[in-house]
Amino acid sequence: MGLKSNLHNLKEKYKGTKMAPAFNAIHTFLYLPNETTHGGTHVKAADDLKRTMNTVIMALIPCLIFGIFNAGYQHYAAIDAAAGITREASLFGNFLTWDNFVIGAWTVLPLVIVSYGVGLLVEFIFAVIKGHEVEEGYLVTGMLVPLIVPVDIPLWMLAVAVVFGVVIGKEVFGGTGMNILNPALAIRAFLFFAYPTWMSGDKVWVHGAVERAGTPDAISGETLLGAYAQNSSLAGIDYMDMFYGFIPGSVGETSKLLIIVGALFLIFTKIGSWRIILSTIIGALSMGLIFNGVVDAGWIGDTSKFYGLMSVPFWQHLIIGSILFGAVYMATDPVTASQTNKGKWIYGFLIGFLSIMIRVFNPAYPEGVFLAILLMNVFAPTIDHYVVQANVKRRMKRLKVKTA
Amino acid sequence: MGLLSKKDAKLITDPLADNNPITIQVLGICSALAITAELKASIVMAISVLFVLGVGNVVISLMRNIIPSKIRIIVQLIVVAALVIIVDQVLKAFAYELSKTLSVFVGLIITNCIIMGRFEAFALGNGPWKSFLDGIGNALGYGVILIIVGFFRELLGSGTLLGFKVLGDPIEKSGLYAIGYENNGFMLLSPMALIVVGIIIWVQRSRNKDLIED
Repeated sequence: MGLKSNLHNLKEKYKGTKMAPAFNAIHTFLYLPNETTHGGTHVKAADDLKRTMNTVIMALIPCLIFGIFNAGYQHYAAIDAAAGITREASLFGNFLTWDNFVIGAWTVLPLVIVSYGVGLLVEFIFAVIKGHEVEEGYLVTGMLVPLIVPVDIPLWMLAVAVVFGVVIGKEVFGGTGMNILNPALAIRAFLFFAYPTWMSGDKVWVHGAVERAGTPDAISGETLLGAYAQNSSLAGIDYMDMFYGFIPGSVGETSKLLIIVGALFLIFTKIGSWRIILSTIIGALSMGLIFNGVVDAGWIGDTSKFYGLMSVPFWQHLIIGSILFGAVYMATDPVTASQTNKGKWIYGFLIGFLSIMIRVFNPAYPEGVFLAILLMNVFAPTIDHYVVQANVKRRMKRLKVKTA
Repeated sequence: MGLLSKKDAKLITDPLADNNPITIQVLGICSALAITAELKASIVMAISVLFVLGVGNVVISLMRNIIPSKIRIIVQLIVVAALVIIVDQVLKAFAYELSKTLSVFVGLIITNCIIMGRFEAFALGNGPWKSFLDGIGNALGYGVILIIVGFFRELLGSGTLLGFKVLGDPIEKSGLYAIGYENNGFMLLSPMALIVVGIIIWVQRSRNKDLIED
């Protein structure tokens, strides 16, 4: 507490001087301000936007670091696989190595830099045009974006998508806090529909696979979902690899363990809504159970193109795709999610439910999570409206009973 | 002074900008989204609507005093339908490939809100010359937006303009494609047309603040 109170004292000292905004910016980076909102507001919390954003970023850092190592690991694993060598993933043996880090940093850090550079530039331009301070809104989006794209996505595509996502996804609605859609997902959706060859298939998930295609050194690495969707077998990958994240996929979404750690951190700091996270998982599991039931009942045979994904044991849906990442970091976005507690349950449940449905029924979209979350983003205000109206109606009834 | 009086000229220029049927009245959006993936289709659609609305407005205006108001919608529909069938048959005879691209959307000119809107709002209450100018003006305003949207969608979506490969060849990797450029597939999908129309509305309203409502 010593440091914190010292900082608060320093703040008083600098009040009114030129240094104050700069000092406050750094001081509130990690610490709560020591004052609450005054006046007629109902919510009086010593929490500000920047601290909220930073907490999410801190929860994302482990995923980013893991993503960097995994990018390198998948690169070398694919080379080994092409040479016919099977390799066993081990954390200290062949994962946390300098070689992996170099390859990973070389591919992932530019994504982070482009994402932040372009995004903050757009924010800055809009701040100048509209005449307000630069908003913190892009901090989390800028960190999420590199984590949900394939490693080898060309940087200019990412830049175009970030401009689109920030302008059309957020600024046209009035900037931070006013957006209907999650900007990070708007960016991913733009990339997916604009440049589908760079967002799916068996090349983009492994660094170097695209440029080596067609040469004798060709390597490839398909995501598990892609493999399932083609009814191909998944020999050689065990569940623990999926859980720890030694599998190909978007940069930061592979390690379920670190996502769970991040989720616990977000719930503990009360930044992420546990209701949304939990209900998303419940939704995904129940859809998975329904599909398992369909397969068990024999309504669908192994000749069906849906068989591969439908017969996946329901709990495995949580570890093969990015549903956990979406549930923890995307669905919980406080701006675009439902605001009411009951609404959050409905919102989360439908995200999980629809994610698995899209995943199974539409092989053209190997992952349905981002589509499901965007769809529910649009419906979140409607859900809230009906929850609030139901509450009003219930209380009106009570009033009538009393007066009657 | 010239050919048109000031008032008449306004009938043509107004819908081109400050009272544009698409960006201000938000009519005729459906066809603007559906057929603007290629510039050629946009131009043909613009010309078709120009013909239908120009002639239709005159016909309705000439008949305005003898149409019983109870059945005026049906009469209007018959006039549009007849004109649309003419356009459709001409396209099928002279530009078969294009008419296949436009498919049902030629027929759907009948339901284009701009046309019924102008019949109702203008031709029923004004003389043939004025109605003709109004029809031409609105069709041009519609066409301009269609062509702008078509231009950007074809250029960014397919890298071509009117079928010419202006950005180079994506298969041989020439021109822009040699340095890694790729076509934006999203531009070919209808949602992007909506966004392009939205951006045009945005630009127009930020240039002319009078257009902003409330």
